[in-house]
Amino acid sequence: MYNVNHSHLGLGAMEKRYLSDMKIGEQATITSVVPRSANDSIARRLRNLGFIEGEDVKLITFGPVGQDPLLVQIGFTRFALRVSEANRVEVR
Amino acid sequence: MTVMRVALVGNPNCGKTALFNLLTGSRQKVANYPGVTVEKKSGLMRLDAGQEWELLDLPGAYSFDTDSLDEIVTKDICLGNVAGERRPDVIVCVVDATNLRLHLRFALEVRALGIPMIIALNMSDTAKRRGIIINTQGLSEELGIQVIETIAVRKNGSDQLINEIKQNLPQAPLSLADDMDYHEEAKRLISANVVMPSKTSPTDDILDRVFLHPFAGLLILALAMFLMFQAVFSWAAPFMELIDAGISAFGRFVAIVLPEGPLRGFIVEGLIGGVGSVVIFLPQILLLFLFILILEESGYLPRAAFLLDRFMIGAGLSGRSFIPLLSSFACAIPGIMATRSIQNQRDRITTILVAPLMTCSARLPVYALLIAAFIPDQTVWGLFNLQGLTLFALYAAGIISAVVVSFVMKKIRRSSLQAQTLMLELPSYRLPNVRDVLFGLWERARVFLARVGKVIMAITVILWVLSTYPAPPEGWVGVPIDYSIAGRIGHAIEWLFQPLGFNWQICVALIPGLAAREVAVSALGTVYAISASVEDPSAQLLPIIAADWSFATGMSLLVWYIFAPQCLATLAVIKKETQSWKVVLVATTYLFGLAYLASLLVYQLLA
Repeated sequence: MYNVNHSHLGLGAMEKRYLSDMKIGEQATITSVVPRSANDSIARRLRNLGFIEGEDVKLITFGPVGQDPLLVQIGFTRFALRVSEANRVEVR
Repeated sequence: MTVMRVALVGNPNCGKTALFNLLTGSRQKVANYPGVTVEKKSGLMRLDAGQEWELLDLPGAYSFDTDSLDEIVTKDICLGNVAGERRPDVIVCVVDATNLRLHLRFALEVRALGIPMIIALNMSDTAKRRGIIINTQGLSEELGIQVIETIAVRKNGSDQLINEIKQNLPQAPLSLADDMDYHEEAKRLISANVVMPSKTSPTDDILDRVFLHPFAGLLILALAMFLMFQAVFSWAAPFMELIDAGISAFGRFVAIVLPEGPLRGFIVEGLIGGVGSVVIFLPQILLLFLFILILEESGYLPRAAFLLDRFMIGAGLSGRSFIPLLSSFACAIPGIMATRSIQNQRDRITTILVAPLMTCSARLPVYALLIAAFIPDQTVWGLFNLQGLTLFALYAAGIISAVVVSFVMKKIRRSSLQAQTLMLELPSYRLPNVRDVLFGLWERARVFLARVGKVIMAITVILWVLSTYPAPPEGWVGVPIDYSIAGRIGHAIEWLFQPLGFNWQICVALIPGLAAREVAVSALGTVYAISASVEDPSAQLLPIIAADWSFATGMSLLVWYIFAPQCLATLAVIKKETQSWKVVLVATTYLFGLAYLASLLVYQLLA
């Protein structure tokens, strides 16, 4: 796993988690989509596809190697996301 | 009175195209929107009383807040912002009743355009079967837009929709505040009007568990691909023989009917022979398209992309490049045409550029001839046949160079275009609908013949003229082609190819071989004065080249064919699909450069 904006500072429950940190079968609620730049088209796209605060997501499975891409269920739709895309989605 | 223009818009996978097929039948036209490679599908729909509507099947879209070319085109067409395209009179926004949250959100975006619209609640039968209960009336009232249930896969599934548009021409929706949160509004509409028992279909859960399993999933994919290739090569064979026999018989018939002379030569050898050498691949291409269509319609294709994405990223491509590249093993032309499903422009261009490196079936006759002539038929390491091993090495060399080339391109073009993304929807599994598969097949066959047919016709005619004229004078010793323009060009470029070990006969044969790679075999036959009327010219050619050429020359030519951009039809399709001479130039130069270097290396090492 190469999650870049991960903070392992021992903040316990305050530690930020991302979609890319979830386990297979796990369910979580999206808290925000974090843009990487002022005009992050990937973050904008994710929001348009329904990745917005308050939505429930479920991690269905990973791709066959390196746990990448991820298959995520949101609402009634399944999306394949790369880790580099999924680590913009903060969950709780 | 102008014909009413109706545009179908909707998310990808909403069944829009199926509805389009149902409404227009076979009266469809496929072209490109001016200046872009976004496909424009339109068709005529006949109503009773001689009335006709023009129907547009706009590219699928998730949102208008976008950088995606497809979605920009869809929006611009809806708004009438494309020169030469009249604004649609009515928009039919197709939403999948089983995937309302995503699709209704987009419908709200479409509503904000303020154009007369109606909503087609598609797949309403599947929704009912899953126990999804939708209050259509309530939804209509809250949206201020008529909502009509449709079933695109059923014969009369769109009658109600047509009647509604005919009787109450939809009005433009009232203008609404555009700061509306579409997600919130869609959610609210659903909670007020829809009863939803379970979130996904249990079938999808089970199938995904099998098809996306890290081990079983890859195994099934490999089996499916193996089956596809088996089919393309073995099922197509009888049809190819049939076409071959038909073309020869037709050629012989014309030869009897027409008087001896240049016209007969032109028609029999130039036109019929030349076009025949390419049309013979049609059965393979159609079977390939059939398999791809079934995989696409069933919802499996995005799953294959999911499974292979990680492997393809390593080479600078994405999972979506897999099918186009796989198709290119039969023929690069359908492969390049299939790259339309790759939304990312950079990935698409890279895929197009490396597609010709996949060993297409037109190379097989050339490989077969050269391997039989120069590689001894013996067993190595007590297990493998040396000839088979060589053929395998040639295929592998093509794949490895494709990986290297796309990797290098990724490095070169890194920051020049939009970021590489996946973000791919995996739609519900569906049983492919026969009508939609057949329409799709028919459409692709037509596009193939229309796009390539004329070009191939022109190329083969030009090459035939070059190889025939001027005719040799009385008393000319040697083969006639040697006196022709092609022969002279062949001699003129001999110095260039001498370091590769190519003699003048090879240089001359390379020129008609530009029509399709396998034509080089018959061209060699012509150069070595083997009568074209014999059953199997390559069997007669074999001992001649085995005696006449050195081993190093044979190997050099073999390696040349891994790379060489010898197929003008492929280059023509690259131009059509990318609308860019630059890409054609890049493809030609790099393929020629690689071929030259590789052959030079092989010849100099072996000679």
